Amino acid sequence: MVTDFSVSILAAGSTTLLLAICSIVLATVIGLAGAFAKLSENKILKRTASVYTFVIRGIPDLVWMLLLFYSLPSFLNQTADALGWDIHFEFPPIGAAIATLGLIFGAYMTETFRTALLNIPRGQIEAALAYGLPRTRIFLRIILPQLTRLALPGFTNNWLVLAKATALASLIGLHDVMFRAKGAAEATSMPFTFFLVAAGFYLSLTLCSMVGLSMVAKRTSAGERELAR
Amino acid sequence: MNWNVIAENAPLYLAGTKLTLLLAFTSLAASFLLALPLAFLRNSAHPGIRYSVSTYTLLFRGTPLLVQLFLIYFGLAQFGLIRETFIWPWLSSPLVCVLLTFILNTTAYSTEIFAGALRSIPVGELEAARAYGLSRFKQATRILVPAMLTRSLPLYGNEMIMMLHATSLASTVTLMETTGVARRITLDNYIQFEPYVTAAGIYLTITFVIVSAFQIVQRRFAGYLEPRST
Repeated sequence: MVTDFSVSILAAGSTTLLLAICSIVLATVIGLAGAFAKLSENKILKRTASVYTFVIRGIPDLVWMLLLFYSLPSFLNQTADALGWDIHFEFPPIGAAIATLGLIFGAYMTETFRTALLNIPRGQIEAALAYGLPRTRIFLRIILPQLTRLALPGFTNNWLVLAKATALASLIGLHDVMFRAKGAAEATSMPFTFFLVAAGFYLSLTLCSMVGLSMVAKRTSAGERELAR
Repeated sequence: MNWNVIAENAPLYLAGTKLTLLLAFTSLAASFLLALPLAFLRNSAHPGIRYSVSTYTLLFRGTPLLVQLFLIYFGLAQFGLIRETFIWPWLSSPLVCVLLTFILNTTAYSTEIFAGALRSIPVGELEAARAYGLSRFKQATRILVPAMLTRSLPLYGNEMIMMLHATSLASTVTLMETTGVARRITLDNYIQFEPYVTAAGIYLTITFVIVSAFQIVQRRFAGYLEPRST
C-alpha cells in the first residue's frame, strides 16, 4: 500500500515539473522585458517596471495565487455581467499557477537581469554600435552571452525557490506531488510517511538542479577562469 | 462591488493582521537567537559539527515550507509514542506547530546568511583583535558578531519579508491570520474579489513599512560598506 501511494505521488512529479518549467520560461521572458524596461530612457516604461516589481514582491505567493485563481475571474465575470455580455470566465488550476509563478518570479528575474546587464561593460556596446551592428545582433552576440554568465547565480537561486513554490498550486487544486501526498495522507493513517515522500521529491529536485546548474556555470564561465589564472 | 462587506469585517482583518505580525516577529526573534550560534558552528573547524549544521540547513532550505508545515502538523499524529507524551497537547495546537515550523525554517535560512557574512569578514580584522589580546569571547562579541550583522543586513532584510509572506501559509492549518480571514470572508459571503484584494493591500503596506525601516537602518549601520562615489 505504501509503495502504491508513493508511486502515485512521485508520478505527479511530471505535473510539478511541467508547472515549474513553464513558469520559469514565462518568468525569464518577463524578467528580460522588465530589466530592459528598468534600464530604458523611457520614463513611463521605467516607472511601470518599478511599480510591477514592488507590488509583486510586496504580496505573498499564496495570496497572489488566490488572487489570480479566485479574484480575477470573479472580477472579470462581474464586469462582463455589468456590460451585459454572456461570457463566463474560469481558469484551470495549472493556467492560474503558471501565470502566478511566472509573474512573481518575473519580478525577481527583472532584478537579477538588471544587475547582470549593469555589469556588462558599457564600452563593448558602444564599440558594437560604432561598428554599425543592428540592435538585435548586439543583443544576440554581445549582451546575451555575457548576460547568461552574469545572471546565472541569480537565476539558479530563483529557480530553486520557484521549484519549491510550486507546492502552493496544490492549494488551488492542481494535482501535483503535494496534492497527491495530502490525498494519500488522508486516505491512510500515515501522514508523516507520505509527506516525507513529497519532501524527498522536492529535496532531490533541489539537489539535481544544484548539480546541473553548477555544471552550466562551469561551462559559461570557462573563458573567465582562463583569464583569472 | 461589495466593499461594505469588508468594512463590516474590519475587526476580523485587524485581528488577522495582529496574528500575522505576531507569527512573523515571534519566528524572526526566536530564529535570530538560534541562528547566531549556529552560524559559528556552521563555520566550525570540526567537520562533524560543520556537516551536521549544513545538513540541517540543506533539509529545511531544500524542501517547501508547506511540506514542512504539513509534516509537523498532520504528520506527527502518526506516531502513537508522541501522542502519549506530555508535549502532545502543545503539538496538536496549530499555533504551536506553525511557530515551530516557521522557526525551524527561517533559522536555516538565517544561519546560512550569517555564516556567509562571517566568511566574508576580512582576516585582518580578526588578526588585529588577536594582536590586541582579546579573549575568544570578546573577539566574537566585539568584532565578529557586529561585523557579521552589518554585512548580512541586505539579505536579512529579504529574509524578514520572506518570513512575513510565509505566514500566509498558516491559513492552511486553520489559523485566522490575514489570509485566513480573507478566505473565511469569501466563503461566508460568496464574494471572491474584495477579501483577497484587501489582504493583498495589508501585506503590501506591512512590506512597505519594513522595507523603508530597513533602508534607514542600513544607511545608519552599514553605510561604510557601500561603494564610494569618487
